[in-house]
Amino acid sequence: MKIRIKFAKQGTMKFIGHLDVMRYFQKAMRRADVDIRYSEGFSPHQIMSFAAPLGVGLTSSGEYMDIEVHSTGSSAEMVKRLNEVMVEGFQVLDWRRLGDEAGNAMSLVAAADYTAAFRKGYEPEDLEGFLAGLEAFYERPSIPIVKKTKKGEKEMDLKPLVYACRVTGGDEPSIFLRLSTGSSSNVKPELFLETYCREAGFPFSPFTFEIQREEIYAPGFIPLNDLGEIIE
Amino acid sequence: MRKLALSDEILLSIDKPARYIGGEVNMVVKDPKKVDVRFAMCFPDVYEISMSHLGLQILYDMFNRREDVYCERVFSPWVDLDRVMREKKIPLFALESQDPIREFDFLGITLQYEMCYTNILQILDLSGIPLHACDRTEEDPIVIGGGPCAYNPEPLAEFFDLFYIGEGETQYDRLFDIYKENRKNGGSRMDFLEKAAELPGMYVPAFYDAEYNEDGTLRSFTPNNPHASAVITKELVMDMDSATYISKPVVPFIKVTQDRVVLEIMRGCIRGCRFCQAGNVYRPLREHSLEYLKDYAVQMLKSTGHEEISLSSLSSSDYTQLEGLVNFLIDEFKGKGVNISLPSLRIDAFTLDVMSKVQDVKKSSLTFAPEAGSQRLRDVINKGLTEESILKGAADAFHGGWNRVKLYFMLGLPTETVEDMEGIALLAEKVAETYYDELPKSERQGKVQVVASSSFFVPKPFTPFQWARMCTKEEFLERAYIVKNKFKEMRNYKSLKYNWHEADLTVLEGVLARGDRKVAAVVEEAYKNGALYDSWSEYFKNEIWMEAFRTCGLSVDFYTTRERGLDELFPWDFIDAGVSKAFLKREWEHAGQAEVTPNCRQRCSACGAMKFKGGVCFENKN
Repeated sequence: MKIRIKFAKQGTMKFIGHLDVMRYFQKAMRRADVDIRYSEGFSPHQIMSFAAPLGVGLTSSGEYMDIEVHSTGSSAEMVKRLNEVMVEGFQVLDWRRLGDEAGNAMSLVAAADYTAAFRKGYEPEDLEGFLAGLEAFYERPSIPIVKKTKKGEKEMDLKPLVYACRVTGGDEPSIFLRLSTGSSSNVKPELFLETYCREAGFPFSPFTFEIQREEIYAPGFIPLNDLGEIIE
Repeated sequence: MRKLALSDEILLSIDKPARYIGGEVNMVVKDPKKVDVRFAMCFPDVYEISMSHLGLQILYDMFNRREDVYCERVFSPWVDLDRVMREKKIPLFALESQDPIREFDFLGITLQYEMCYTNILQILDLSGIPLHACDRTEEDPIVIGGGPCAYNPEPLAEFFDLFYIGEGETQYDRLFDIYKENRKNGGSRMDFLEKAAELPGMYVPAFYDAEYNEDGTLRSFTPNNPHASAVITKELVMDMDSATYISKPVVPFIKVTQDRVVLEIMRGCIRGCRFCQAGNVYRPLREHSLEYLKDYAVQMLKSTGHEEISLSSLSSSDYTQLEGLVNFLIDEFKGKGVNISLPSLRIDAFTLDVMSKVQDVKKSSLTFAPEAGSQRLRDVINKGLTEESILKGAADAFHGGWNRVKLYFMLGLPTETVEDMEGIALLAEKVAETYYDELPKSERQGKVQVVASSSFFVPKPFTPFQWARMCTKEEFLERAYIVKNKFKEMRNYKSLKYNWHEADLTVLEGVLARGDRKVAAVVEEAYKNGALYDSWSEYFKNEIWMEAFRTCGLSVDFYTTRERGLDELFPWDFIDAGVSKAFLKREWEHAGQAEVTPNCRQRCSACGAMKFKGGVCFENKN
């Protein structure tokens, strides 16, 4: 039976890299006594795959993984059981059953939402100008960039890969982004923000923004957990 | 959200930030304001090594069972963060509360190997605690050391307020009670140390004076404080099942060296290998009961979610209930995706049977530790492993499908001759030949692979070889080349591989292992000139150390190549580790005649550990 799990990665857990998050959940499955399926062979491993790796330094309120189990309790019970063995910063939000034919999360990922807020001490002097400029930048018909690849440099247009960009919040504004994500065309929020900062002449460092992933979507902007059913 | 001592900018600029943020599964969380004693438990090496250490987890669990104590962890910042912390003057902090170490009541440092000594100074330095105990004030934590290297604490004497000699389970409760009591009464640091010195196993270096002869050897070592006793007897747990173990080990996020549940099945060893410090100082052998171990195995796997469990002891094959334990682990966990690993086993029919159940034969290799290349030299070191049993074990294993063998040796052992050295190559060759002789072509799984490694021998305190002369770096390397050249002559040369350890590191380890108080100055000088992480060969800078010896006017040879007289007073002689000096002398003499001493279950050799009244000595197995 295929299960899709949604979880949040908050606070200091943003320093835990993707491979270690996988190891963490493998151990969590054992602690919570989840009846997870193992692969065959001499050193069996849990059937578990993650939707989209999250970069170190980012938090998230919408991460996904798929697992296979032999048996399961209700969604509410499984969420509770897993949360009993979580550490501060990791929270399991959802546990849903997928159809046998369902594609795995990783292959479905098409887009993701992010919010970016200025890290304390990195706010630009002209905050209003920054935000107004950002919206104008997004309205451009094309946003050409040069992307470094393994083979060299490649020119590409960011514009069709950015599905939304708007400023939210009042006194402490943040930037909402919906970006193409997944194996075919993956846009990191840092790339979009850096491109804007460079063009508009604002300073940019890897620490300028605190970025959180909010949700991951299948094609058609369907949140990945909507493809599964709640187990009563 | 938990506050962190380091900013995002720092954490995102260094390697593996997870080393410094704490917050792991089973980390103990307490309100520091609601406890009486704050203890920072330190392993002076990087996180991945430190978190793999069993003793630290045992004491962490034990201390935190007390409501009035909060024990937290602190490890050596890696070189990248070390640089940042010095530059930005960030004080060293504990992983749990992220509070500066200097605010703690105790800084406890475990001494697992000599080459971590400069890292101890790094810990003190980054914490803002004076390096020398005599310079510390009422505001500084009590710096206490323990672990195997505390059996010769002298090279570190001036950096520590207190050493705990022996196993930690027995006296810490009383030490904490004394500390609380003293503070309640408004007592000073000195008052506390004087009271602590009266507890068994506690050594306060400042309470002793060392005087030296003109030739540099120790003339006398005497207490200068009425609270200090002339002899410190090691502490040990006599009833293993009465000691608490770890029910909830901390589970690191990043992959550490020992990424598994470790079940300590017994302490001590019956074997009496003459080079082995652990085998001597942890005498007598004391076992846990099968029921105790089953119970903890279940608890620990459940509370950690680890996918592997490993047994820990000096010689697991000597555990009387091994078969029952291993069968329990296989029956209980094998079907649940839990791997079982069994180090320190003698290769015999039972072991091979178990190994074939718990490991992938094709991927695993077989390990033997003959330690010496000839039977004569194996008798000298009292390593009761014969060529016959190695070849028999290898033959059985080859039939079982294994085709990779690892052999461990030491070079530079007392009385070693060219014949003994060449014996290493000859033994490896015989193992390879056994493969081709035993298996017809059709049954062979490719070529056999025999990897022989040699480390260089370091004489250690409280072993029969504590009197032995140690080789120079040049002698070590010369011996390694003799072995290497012999390997080239072997018929199955292409199936054999030989490698050896670093020699200058070994020489330094030899100085620190048998060093006296004078050596402290060298450690400090080397540290001040940039020595750090010496056990990591890529960071070890031998020139800094050699320069430090010159600056301090000390000779390396005095500590290493000098043969000690039988009547010499050793810096560690004030410690009573159970094994008596008379026994060690007898063993040293037997070694010279290549005479074997039977193990503790065969016959009592009156080593002295019987006075602890327990363990194998009293099991009627003599």
